[in-house]
Amino acid sequence: MSELNTPGTAVPLEQSPIAPKPPGRIRQALDSDIVYSYTRSPVTIIASIIALLLILMAVFAPLIAPYNPFNPASLNLMDGFTPPNSTSFSGNYFALGTDHQGRDVLSTIMYGLRVSLFVGALATLFAMAIGISLGLAAGYNGGTLDAVIMRIADIQLSFPAILIALLIFGIARGLIPPSQQEGAAVWVLIVAIGLSNWAQFARTVRGATMVERQKDYVSAARIMGVHPIVILVRHVLPNVMGPVLVIATIGLALAIIEEATLSFLGVGVPPTQPSLGTLIRIGQQFLFSGEWWILLFPAITLILLALSVNLLGDWLRDALNPKLR
Amino acid sequence: MSAPLLDVRHLSRRFDVSKPWLNRVIERIPRVHVRAVDDVSFEIAKGETFALVGESGSGKSTIARLIVGLLKPSDGEIIFDGKSLARGLKGAEARRLRRRFQMIFQDPFASLNPRWRVTEIVAEPLKVFNTHKSDRERRKRVGELLSLVGLSPEDGAKFPHQFSGGQRQRVAIARALAANPEFIVCDEPTSALDVSVQAQILNLMKDLQAEFGLTYVFISHNLSVVRHMANRIGVLYLGRLVEVAPSHDLFARPQHPYTRMLLDAVPDVEMTGRRRKKVEGEIPSPLNPPSGCAFNPRCPFANERCRIEVPALKPWRGQPVACHGIEEGRIPDGPAQPIASVTAP
Repeated sequence: MSELNTPGTAVPLEQSPIAPKPPGRIRQALDSDIVYSYTRSPVTIIASIIALLLILMAVFAPLIAPYNPFNPASLNLMDGFTPPNSTSFSGNYFALGTDHQGRDVLSTIMYGLRVSLFVGALATLFAMAIGISLGLAAGYNGGTLDAVIMRIADIQLSFPAILIALLIFGIARGLIPPSQQEGAAVWVLIVAIGLSNWAQFARTVRGATMVERQKDYVSAARIMGVHPIVILVRHVLPNVMGPVLVIATIGLALAIIEEATLSFLGVGVPPTQPSLGTLIRIGQQFLFSGEWWILLFPAITLILLALSVNLLGDWLRDALNPKLR
Repeated sequence: MSAPLLDVRHLSRRFDVSKPWLNRVIERIPRVHVRAVDDVSFEIAKGETFALVGESGSGKSTIARLIVGLLKPSDGEIIFDGKSLARGLKGAEARRLRRRFQMIFQDPFASLNPRWRVTEIVAEPLKVFNTHKSDRERRKRVGELLSLVGLSPEDGAKFPHQFSGGQRQRVAIARALAANPEFIVCDEPTSALDVSVQAQILNLMKDLQAEFGLTYVFISHNLSVVRHMANRIGVLYLGRLVEVAPSHDLFARPQHPYTRMLLDAVPDVEMTGRRRKKVEGEIPSPLNPPSGCAFNPRCPFANERCRIEVPALKPWRGQPVACHGIEEGRIPDGPAQPIASVTAP
C-alpha cells in the first residue's frame, strides 16, 4: 500500500460502527413481493399443490406405488384389461385398472411421471445452461459473435422444436452402437429436447444483457478491471434471471409435452421404462376396443402436470413484471 | 508546475455509425464515422479540478469514458502519472494503476446494481483490489466510508432503491473512494439531482477533495456548478477544445465567441440587468460538421477564413484559444460586450 503513496490511506473515523451483515437469503426471500403475490392468487396455490403432489408421486413412486409394474415376476397376464376400481382375475384390486399386460395403470403412471419429470427437468436445465451462456456471451460482446449465435438461434426457431429433436435423436441413434442404445435412450432424449429449446433462453438473455451492459454499474466494474466473466456472472446474470425463470417454468411444461410427443411417436424412451407419452401411445391402441382407462388416466395426468406448471409460469411472469401490479 | 498527473495529448475518438453491412451493399452507401472527440489536448495537475463544459453532443462524456478506459482512443495518448493508458492495461501494472482512478456517474439510478445491497456495492473495490482481506475488515471499512459520505453504516443493509437520488450518489461516491484513489472522473455527477441536493453533493465532493488531496475531472453542462467546483475549465464545442482557462479568468474575460455565448446564457439570478444575447442556433450534427471552424455558422464574427480553415488551439495572453478572430485581433476584448451590443435595442 505504501509504495502507491495513496492519499487518504489513514481514515480518521476509527470509531465508526461496522456496516451490518446483509440478512440471509431466506429472510430476503420471505419478505419479497413474490411471496405476497403468491398468497393472493388461489389459482396459483391450487396449481402449485397439484404440481407438488405429482412431483412427490414421481419421487416416491417405488415406496407408494401399489405394484411394481416393471417386475415381470409380479405380473399376471390373466389380469390384463381389468377395468378401474375392480378386483382382477387373480384377486388383486386395481384402482385405475390394468393394461393389456396386466400392469397396474396407477403404478405405471407414477413410474411414468418419474421418467417424464426427470427428462423434462434435465432437458430444461440443459437448454437453460446453453441458452444463458450463449445469450450472455452474445449480448455482452456484440459484433460477430452475437451475429453468429443469434442467426443460428433464428434458423433453429424457424423449425418446429419437435422436428429438431427428431433430427438430433436420429443422428444420435446413428452414432451410438445398437447394444448401448437402450441405456442411452433417456440421455439422448434429454440432449435432443434440450438442444431444441435453448434458442428461447438465448434470445431472452441476450436482449436483457444488452440492456444491462449499457448501465453504469457495469461500467464501474469494468473501470476496476473486473474480469468480464465475473461481471457477467455476478452483475448481469442476477439482473436477467427474472425473465429466464418465467421461460424456464413454461419451458418445463413444453419439454414434458415434447418428451410425451416423442415417446408417443415411438422415438422416445424404450417401452421397458415407459414415460407418460409411452403410456398414452400404448393406451390409444385399445381406445376403440373399449378399454378407455389405459389411455385416459395417463393423459389426464399429463394434462394436469403440464397445466399446473404452465399456470405457475404465467403467475411468475406476472409477479415479476412490476407493470402488471 | 511539476509533471501533470494526467496528460491528454491529441486525443481523438471516432465512432462507426454505419448502417449494417447488408444495407450498405444494397443501398450503395459508404461507411459513416462520427468524430466525437477531435484532437483534444489538456493537462491536469495533482490536486486540481479540471472541468470540461459544453452542450449536449460536444464529446464531454466520451472524453470521460476514454480517460477511465471504457473506450479506446482512435488516436492520441492519455498519460497518467507518466504511464500511457491508451495502449491498454495488462497484469499487475494495470491493477496498480486502476486502483488510483475511479469514476462517478451521472445517473445514480443506473450506477448501482439494483440486486446488490449497499455494503456489497461499496465493498466491491475492496474485494477487487484485495485491500481488505476478511469480510469483517471490509464491513468495517464500508462503515467508515458510509459515515464519511454522510450516510449511516446501518444503511449498508439496504438496497439502492430504498434511497433517494442524492443518497444514491453518496453511495456511489463511497464506492469511488473505497480503494483510496487519487483521481476521480465525475461525469455530470449532479445533473440528475434536485437543485437543493446538488449543492450538498458538490460540497461533499469539495470536502473530500480537501481531505484526501483528490484530483477531479469534472464534466458538466452547468456553468454555475463548474464555477463552484473548478480551478481550470476547458470549453468543448463539437468534440474540439475551443478555450482552456483558469476558472476566474474564463468567467471574467471569456475569449472565444462560443464561451461568451455560453456565459450569456447563464440565468442571471442576481438581476444585474446586464444585457444579454440569447443563444442562437444549435450545435451542428457531428455527422456533417461545418467546414473550417465548427462554430462559424453561429458565430457573429465569422469571416471567409473561419469557413475554410480549422483554427488550432494557440496561447492568447497565456490561455489557449482556438479562434482566428482572436488571433487576428478582429474580436474586441471585454466580457461578452460585443455580443451584447449586437442585440442592444
